Amino acid sequence: MTETVSNSAKHDLLATGDISDRQLETMMSRMMSREIDRGELFFQCRRNESWSLEQGIVKSAGFSVSRGIGARAISGEKSGFAYADDIQLDVLEQTSSAARSIARVGSSQSANLPVKRKLPEFYQGIDPIVSVSKDEKVKLLSRIDKFARSLDPRVKEVSVSINANHESTYIYSSDGTDHGDVRPLVRFGVSVVVEQNGRRENGNCGGGGRHDLSWLYENETAEKFAREAVRQALVNLEAVDAPAGPMPVVLGPGWPGVLLHEAVGHGLEGDFNRKGTSTFSNRIGERVASPLCTIVDDATIPNRRGSLTIDDEGTPGQRTVLIENGVLKGYMQDKLNAKLMGVASTGNGRRESYAHQPLPRMTNTFMLAGESDPEEIVKSVDRGVFAKTFGGGQVDITSGQFVFSATEAYLIENGKITVPVKGATLIGNGPEIMTRVSMVGNDLELDLGVGVCGKEGQGVPVGVGQPTLKIDQITVGGTQA
Amino acid sequence: MTTTLVDVNANTSQGVHSPEDEAKLSEFVSRILDVAKSGGATAAEVTAGDDIGLDVKMREGDIDTVEFSRDRGFDITVYRGNRRGNASTTDTREDSIQEAVDAALAIAEHTEEDSFSGLADPDLLAVNFPDLDLYRCDPMDVEQLKDAAQTAESIALDFDEKIYRSDGARASVSSNCVAYGNSLGFLHAYRSSNSSLYTDVIAKSSNGMQRAAWFTMARQRSELDTPELVGTKAAEHAIRKLDPRPIPTGEYPVLFDQTVAMGLILHLLNALSGRPQYLRSTYLLNALEEQVTSPEVSLKEYPFIPGAMGSRAYDSEGVATSEKYIVERGMAKNYLLSSYSGRKLGMQSTGNASGVCNLTVEALTLPLKDVLKQMDRGLVVTSLMGQGVNILTGDYSRGASGYWVENGEYAHAVDELTIAAKLDDMYKNMVAFGDDVETRRNIRTGSILISNMTVAAL
Repeated sequence: MTETVSNSAKHDLLATGDISDRQLETMMSRMMSREIDRGELFFQCRRNESWSLEQGIVKSAGFSVSRGIGARAISGEKSGFAYADDIQLDVLEQTSSAARSIARVGSSQSANLPVKRKLPEFYQGIDPIVSVSKDEKVKLLSRIDKFARSLDPRVKEVSVSINANHESTYIYSSDGTDHGDVRPLVRFGVSVVVEQNGRRENGNCGGGGRHDLSWLYENETAEKFAREAVRQALVNLEAVDAPAGPMPVVLGPGWPGVLLHEAVGHGLEGDFNRKGTSTFSNRIGERVASPLCTIVDDATIPNRRGSLTIDDEGTPGQRTVLIENGVLKGYMQDKLNAKLMGVASTGNGRRESYAHQPLPRMTNTFMLAGESDPEEIVKSVDRGVFAKTFGGGQVDITSGQFVFSATEAYLIENGKITVPVKGATLIGNGPEIMTRVSMVGNDLELDLGVGVCGKEGQGVPVGVGQPTLKIDQITVGGTQA
Repeated sequence: MTTTLVDVNANTSQGVHSPEDEAKLSEFVSRILDVAKSGGATAAEVTAGDDIGLDVKMREGDIDTVEFSRDRGFDITVYRGNRRGNASTTDTREDSIQEAVDAALAIAEHTEEDSFSGLADPDLLAVNFPDLDLYRCDPMDVEQLKDAAQTAESIALDFDEKIYRSDGARASVSSNCVAYGNSLGFLHAYRSSNSSLYTDVIAKSSNGMQRAAWFTMARQRSELDTPELVGTKAAEHAIRKLDPRPIPTGEYPVLFDQTVAMGLILHLLNALSGRPQYLRSTYLLNALEEQVTSPEVSLKEYPFIPGAMGSRAYDSEGVATSEKYIVERGMAKNYLLSSYSGRKLGMQSTGNASGVCNLTVEALTLPLKDVLKQMDRGLVVTSLMGQGVNILTGDYSRGASGYWVENGEYAHAVDELTIAAKLDDMYKNMVAFGDDVETRRNIRTGSILISNMTVAAL
């Protein structure tokens, strides 16, 4: 990261409360004067602007600011945490004093001197809110509304939204961390309702990333989202009831990678594994997936939604191999769990905001490309389902059970994709399903940039991806038994 | 305003918001409305909140986390004629008020004319403010919370040798103050409190691990399930999930356990809400006076129950709430409308801009064991996964686990299932209701039996 981005984030946040470097040092040494392993101060300011169009009118828009500090004191496995919605010296003192009240026993620690390092940056420290004027945003929404309606007379409702987010963070910790970051994040979405002979269906498409809004104007990006939403809705007008029961399923490339996020990703987060509550606990070095599967978590891909120059504990973003040729290689760690497990943080310590504590979380999680031609994969299935688009998923990391819900799917009959079927939930057990991956396509795609991952009530932006892949058997939750 | 985090820590004998805080917050709202007016807003409304909380998490007998929280902020909506702008901030300093108001006003210069927009109709605003007794705040005391969490956890861990470990127990107290005002002259503030206790444990057998949790929430600690009950319930549920056995894919009766029945009712309420109605994106279009559920059931709101979690005298627009049927003997009687969605549909707000108030499922109830007898053979769902509910098409398909019933009795655990049906059929096929009603939740229901759904299994 360039010194300027890190420093300007730090400077801006500390300036809000007229806080000097010297005062920070004093605060930290006081926080460390009792039996604390590590003290951490997290400063954040997040500004968000969103616009939405509904029924042909740009009828609402909002601007929000959230600014505050979170103080954390860690003693062994214990954490004291306090936050306040104001960046001021007296508030900071009270917050850090509340946090350190956690520790009353143990050995005394001293704060390390801050270490300044130059880090690579994976996005630019820009403010995407001002990258396009308010007037232009309104015009864009109206244009896309008209465009979507022009695609097909069956389009009855169109909703379009545009969202730009600017976040400055600064982390000061007794372990020598002294880093700031500026994170842009934008998102655009189109949702349509189509109607034919009294039957109504919907379709959605959207995307985004850590860049400005000019991307919407390049290569008809915004129009592509609209076209895709309409196409999806029209396909669903023809959908028949989905089958029920176990069968082979082919998943398309890109967003269906939500499979990996649920089936293996969460189960490989450090906290669950330190506590021994994951179905993947104590299994490093074991085969947990078919040898065709290599899965990584990668915060370093430029401008992606899940990318991080530094995580929310100041650890540089990195690429972590989770599963290599089917063998479990490593977990995703934040500092607390890494220390307790005797390993290094992998840069996966993330928090929703200053009002939340960091947890090990995913960034961009995906499977590397394999060798099969996607067409060959479909051809290999006698009777099954091809699932192209998904809503979302959920996992119980203890039993390993996970679900994900298809929003566009088709029957495969005799090696050919035939009729569309209604959206259905797919359910399986993570480690079992991953051993049933029998073909992996050569067409790796990352998703368009819409994912929000929830854990312990905290939402963070993430990315997923995968090539086309075949699961020999998974339960499909249709109505046709 | 200055933070009182340390005061919170020291204050162990009483609640943390006083009636003066209500007055201060009202005054704050009124000041923001003035700023909006002088900035050129033709109308405005403001909600301001001040929440203080303490949360203690114990894990395996020791403190895991102690969290002190203070959340303040306000949300303003301004109108320039029929154009609307909104801003919110967690920053309550004087210059930030101006900044937020300016941001909302700037947006309202660019949004488009919408003749349905605006504040609530003046004659619908609440004028009576009964004391709903929502503030019964327990002391913010780390030791008390620690004891409650520790007891719940240790009861669960000692319950049976199959309980392998705990994923922690959490006890929380929060004290909340909220004020709402608009440029029609409405201005009111009130305090409310919450206490909760939760534990999450893992049972293990040779066939794998299973997790279950139990959660209880009320206005004050004395109304919560005891820590002993919380621990026992969590342990019983985790053990009941162990050693799942396969069942064949097929059509079966499905009982939604009380803990998941609330979600089932919520989908119906969503389908009857104003926004999907005016966007024509609900399977229950033009449903008023139509049959939407089995005639054996009614859904009624009771907004004025003292101390209840869903009680309120007015919604987020100041519109008075009222006791009313949403569904009466299977017939849809009212949509859930805000001022905006009401106008879009040519109707009036129903005072539901912030959802339902103590929505009660009214039906002839039976002891759970009699409901299981009636079911005879089928699936009891105790947990659901995934988002497979489509209000527009009315298609339902979700991941499920629970237990299998033979001859009206527990037979064995089942998991990795999906259950699917049309929502419309599910609500019309609700055939029996358990008396295990949870009255501390905003949706008050017991277990619900649906006569037929497709269950898919491996």
